[in-house]
Amino acid sequence: MIAVTTTRRGWPWILGSVLVLAAVVVFGAMIGPAGVISSANWNIIWNVRMPRVALAAVVGAMLSLAGASYQGVFRNPLVDPYLLGAAGGAGLGATVVIAFGRSATNGWLIDPLPLAAFLGAITAVSVTYLVGAAFGAMRSTTTLVLAGVAVASLTSAMQAFILQRQSDGVVRAVYNWLLGSLVNATWRDVKLVLPYVLVSAAVLLVHRRHLDVLRVGDEEALTLGMDVRRVRIVVVIAATVGTAAVVSVSGLITFVGILVPHAVRMVFGGSYRRVLPVCVVVGAAFLILADVPGRMLQNPAETPIGVVTAFCGAPFFILLLRSRRSSV
Amino acid sequence: MSDLAFHEVAVAYGDRMALHPVSLEVPTGGWLCLIGPNGAGKSSALKAVCGLVPHTGTVTIGGADTATMRPRQRARHAAFVPQAPVLPADMSVRDYVLLGRSPFIGYFGTDSAHDRMLVDDVLQRLDLAEFADRRLDTLSGGESQRLVLGRSVAQGAPVLLLDEPTSALDIGHQQQALELVDRMRTECGLTVVSAMHDLTLAGLYADRLALLHEGRLVAMGTAAEVLRTEILSEFYGVSVRVHHDDDGTVVVVPNRRAR
Repeated sequence: MIAVTTTRRGWPWILGSVLVLAAVVVFGAMIGPAGVISSANWNIIWNVRMPRVALAAVVGAMLSLAGASYQGVFRNPLVDPYLLGAAGGAGLGATVVIAFGRSATNGWLIDPLPLAAFLGAITAVSVTYLVGAAFGAMRSTTTLVLAGVAVASLTSAMQAFILQRQSDGVVRAVYNWLLGSLVNATWRDVKLVLPYVLVSAAVLLVHRRHLDVLRVGDEEALTLGMDVRRVRIVVVIAATVGTAAVVSVSGLITFVGILVPHAVRMVFGGSYRRVLPVCVVVGAAFLILADVPGRMLQNPAETPIGVVTAFCGAPFFILLLRSRRSSV
Repeated sequence: MSDLAFHEVAVAYGDRMALHPVSLEVPTGGWLCLIGPNGAGKSSALKAVCGLVPHTGTVTIGGADTATMRPRQRARHAAFVPQAPVLPADMSVRDYVLLGRSPFIGYFGTDSAHDRMLVDDVLQRLDLAEFADRRLDTLSGGESQRLVLGRSVAQGAPVLLLDEPTSALDIGHQQQALELVDRMRTECGLTVVSAMHDLTLAGLYADRLALLHEGRLVAMGTAAEVLRTEILSEFYGVSVRVHHDDDGTVVVVPNRRAR
């Protein structure tokens, strides 16, 4: 691997990956049960496939970016954007709506499912942060991570408690949501999450230099003039809001937040100034591609995208680990 | 003006006093070496200066109270070289030295041409230029120590704090590293405070020594004044011989226990 030295040399790579992304978008629009692009199926391409491609791009980019940022801010390679309870909270929120509210809320102006998932994720992470802060997480990120583990088990216990009393249909609906899906993606979903994602991504990208300073640890970062606490909380908030937003429309698509950042690091080195922007592009492309097999494998049924990301991602990841020379 | 002064500075971890109130001064361009057994409070004193541990009393640099400074400001006043610096394996030497410029880069900013020029200059002066593109995990111990010094020089702070800068190095690289610190001290007019275990090296390079014992300052002065048999045996609990060479060098040699 070549140790690239300055940020400037990263830009041709970013340009290259943007071109790859464009090609992937076209590919994603071409493939589907209704056949390749033609004037006859233009309606399907624009109203069925393109929202899916767009949403996959937004979700993939956000989860990858949030994953890389979480890993940087906690200096831990195993961390993903669901770590601090975002997944558990979103799952609980969705479960409550599916179990108790699906029929009652049919005519509502706003679909309560994404809203409940979003609020659940934000609430869970806030609880984690408050609990962690009360027990000294300001000094050690390990306390915060452990608080996240506790909150996650609490939410999954509550979820199991609720599900126990529900019919099989509800359980299946919750289970499908948890696996993550882009099947029903509409332009409305894209418009719904895009503002959150744009703000979150902008904040995270601004902090890419800070994450590089943080690579030498909290103490040294502080002696290099960084307000470590402030940077950590700002990055966690931004990554959480972005994650909660995409989770609310796509469910829990796993593995992207770990796989993409590590793959990017292995190719481009560990500097966050390069990793974060490249993650946006690679994450988007990865999830667009991962969404394609789901449409075709069990046609006319859909294979959940979470299954595909894990199924394709895991072996690819193991291959990458063989040549792993990079560090967080 | 970059003199460093402690006024009744104390550090406590919970109930345990790591450093009892200490007052001392290091003049601009001076080199004070903190010596003392493990747990004497040397690191705590250094960390109090750069805000890594909470302290009572006041630390001033050039008359300015460091407690009122924000991290960025403090980092412009004092650079800290920890005992075991974190060296991210795949970071390049140039990027690592560039970290030293962090206190001068705005929150939303990125490194300027001026920052990169300064880094190139530091790489040249510390003979790191040929390594500029190497990954940190390919460097030897001596090269790493030079690199970390390079980062602190790039930081451009008038006060340089070194925690056990030579503990992981062989005798040749110890000499090389300390010579480098001394060169930077004269070239840039740095005020240096180091914590060191090797008493002979401490006496050789620092112009004053401060002996700490159980968090208290028990002796302070030149090498000849502090490195005395009775003082060392009292506070280190060792039996040593002290030689005075003709050039003023004080050599401390432990006595073998009687068999």
